[in-house]
Amino acid sequence: MNKAIKQHNGFGYVVKSLLSGLSLTWKHFKNARNRRTPDYVSDENYFKQPDGMATLKYPYESIPVPDNGRYRLHNEIDDCIVCDLCAKICPVNCITIDSVKATEDIGVTSDGTKKRLYAPTFDIDLAKCCYCGLCTTVCPTDCLTMTPVYDFSEVNIKNMVYHFTNLTPEQAEEKKQLFAKQQEEIAAAKAAALAARKSNQ
Amino acid sequence: MLAFLLTLGALLGVVVVLAYAERKVAAFMQDRMGPTEAGPQGSLQAVADVLKLLQKEDIVPAAADKKLFKLAPILIFAAVFAGFAVIPFTPDLIPAGIGIGVFYLLAIVSLDVIGLLMAGWGSNNKYAMLGAMRSVAQIVSYEIPAGLAILSAVMICQSLDFQEISYQQGALMNQFPGMEYDMNWLFGIEALGINTTTVGGITTWNIFRAPILLVSFVIYFIASLAESNRAPFDIPEAESELVAGFHVEYSGFRFAVLFLAEYSMMVLVCLVAVILFLGSWNTPLPNIGPVSLAYWSTGIPGELSGILWGVFWLLSKTFVLLFLQLQLRWTYPRLRVDQLMHLCWKVLTPVALGVVLIAGIWRLLMI
Repeated sequence: MNKAIKQHNGFGYVVKSLLSGLSLTWKHFKNARNRRTPDYVSDENYFKQPDGMATLKYPYESIPVPDNGRYRLHNEIDDCIVCDLCAKICPVNCITIDSVKATEDIGVTSDGTKKRLYAPTFDIDLAKCCYCGLCTTVCPTDCLTMTPVYDFSEVNIKNMVYHFTNLTPEQAEEKKQLFAKQQEEIAAAKAAALAARKSNQ
Repeated sequence: MLAFLLTLGALLGVVVVLAYAERKVAAFMQDRMGPTEAGPQGSLQAVADVLKLLQKEDIVPAAADKKLFKLAPILIFAAVFAGFAVIPFTPDLIPAGIGIGVFYLLAIVSLDVIGLLMAGWGSNNKYAMLGAMRSVAQIVSYEIPAGLAILSAVMICQSLDFQEISYQQGALMNQFPGMEYDMNWLFGIEALGINTTTVGGITTWNIFRAPILLVSFVIYFIASLAESNRAPFDIPEAESELVAGFHVEYSGFRFAVLFLAEYSMMVLVCLVAVILFLGSWNTPLPNIGPVSLAYWSTGIPGELSGILWGVFWLLSKTFVLLFLQLQLRWTYPRLRVDQLMHLCWKVLTPVALGVVLIAGIWRLLMI
C-alpha cells in the first residue's frame, strides 16, 4: 500500500482541469456540424457516425429496420385454419378467437391445409402484445407473422385492437345458423334412419 | 421614455436570442439537436414558450403571503432592469448618463436580494424558503469579490461614469469632455514612453492598459456567475434537490418574469464586464501607422456609423461572454455550499483585495 494514489491539487492542476473540461465541451460544440445519418446497420459508416450530433429527427428520419424485423403482428386470415394454438400459447392473452364450424370444407390455405372453420372473431390486442413471437412459432400454416412495422401508435387505445376476421357479424350469424341447420338435418336424418331400422325389425 | 422603451426592446431582444442560444448550445455540447420544430431550426421556440407560459393559470398558494408573493417577481425584474439605465450602448447613446453609474448599478442590483427573500418567504414553502436563504447567502457573499474587482477597475479609470470609462478605453478618448489632454500609455506606464492615445484598439482596453485587471476580470466573471445564479453556482435553484428553489411556487407569467430577470441579469453582468474590462463599445482593432483601423471601425460618434459600430462591438463582446457562461454551465458540476463559500471568502476575496492594492500602485505608475 505504499503506492498511494497521488492526490492532485494546487492552482495549476485546478486551472488545467477546468480548461480541459472547457475544451471537451467546445470540441463537442464544434462537432455539432456533423449529424448521424439514417444508415442501415450494415453501412460501413454506421459505427463512425456518433462524431457530432447523435440524434435523428425521428418522424422524418429513422434508422432502417431489417426486412425480417419482428414488430407488429399480422394475420393472413385467408390462410388461417382457426386452430386456436396462437391464442393458447400467448403469455399475455392478447389474442381472442371465436370459431364457427363450416357446413363443408371452405377451401385450402396456400400450403394445402383444408379449412373447416370460420373465424367470426380474430382480434389481437397489440397494446398487450409483448412481441415474444411464440404465436408465430406455433402457427401451423404460417399465417401469423411479425412484420417490420414498429411505428403504429394510436391516440385511442381501443384502436390498438386489430380485427383480422373477414366475416361481418351478419355473415357469422348466417354461418352459425347454416351449421345449426345442418346439424339439425343430420340429427333428423339419423333419427329417421334409427326409426326406419326399428320399424324394420 | 424613449430610453426606457429602447432599453426594454434591446433587453427583450437579447434575452430571446439568449434563451434560444442556451437551448441550442446546450444541445450541441451534449450531441443533441435542441429545438427544431417551432420555426426554422426551432428559432421560435422561445416565443412559443412565452405564449405557453402566458396561457397557464396564475396560481397563488392559499397560505402564501399574497402581497409579498405577488410583488417579488416585479421587484426582482425591476431591480435588474434598472441596472440597464446606466449602460452605455454607443459613444453617445446612454439611457441615463449619470456620473456615479457604477455605484448606482451596484446599489440597485443588490435590491435583487430583497426580491428573492420576498419570493422565498412569501411562498410559505420550506423549499422556497431554503432556496431563498441559499440564494441570498450566495449573492451577498459574491458581491464582495465582484465589488472589489469593479473597484480595481474604477481605481485605474478614476471614474464612476460608465461612459467616461468607455471613452478611456479607445482612440476617441480625447473627445470626452474633461479628458481632452489625457493620454494613454502602453500598459499604462508612462515611463515606457509609448503613447497609445491615438492607437486605440485593444491596446487601450483596461485589461491591456493595466494587465492586473485581467485577474480582476476573471474574479468579476466568476462572481458574476454566482450573482446571476448561473451554474456552477446554481445552488439557489438546485433543480435536483430543491425543485427550483425560491420560485417553486410560481407559475405562468410570474414564473416567466423571474426567468426573464435571471436572463437579464446574465446580460447585465456581461455588459458590465465588457464595459469595465474589455473596452466597452470600442473596437479591438488598433490604428497601425496610416492604417487607422480603429477610426474606421468606430465610426463617427453621433452619426449612424458610430451607433452601429458601437452597438456591434458592445453586443459581440457581450455575446462572447454569454457564450462562455453557457459553456461553463454545461461543463462544470454544481459547487457544494461549503465549496462555494470557500471559493468566495478564502480565494476570491483575498485575491481581489490584493488586486485592489496592485491596481492602486499601477495607477501611480500611470500618472
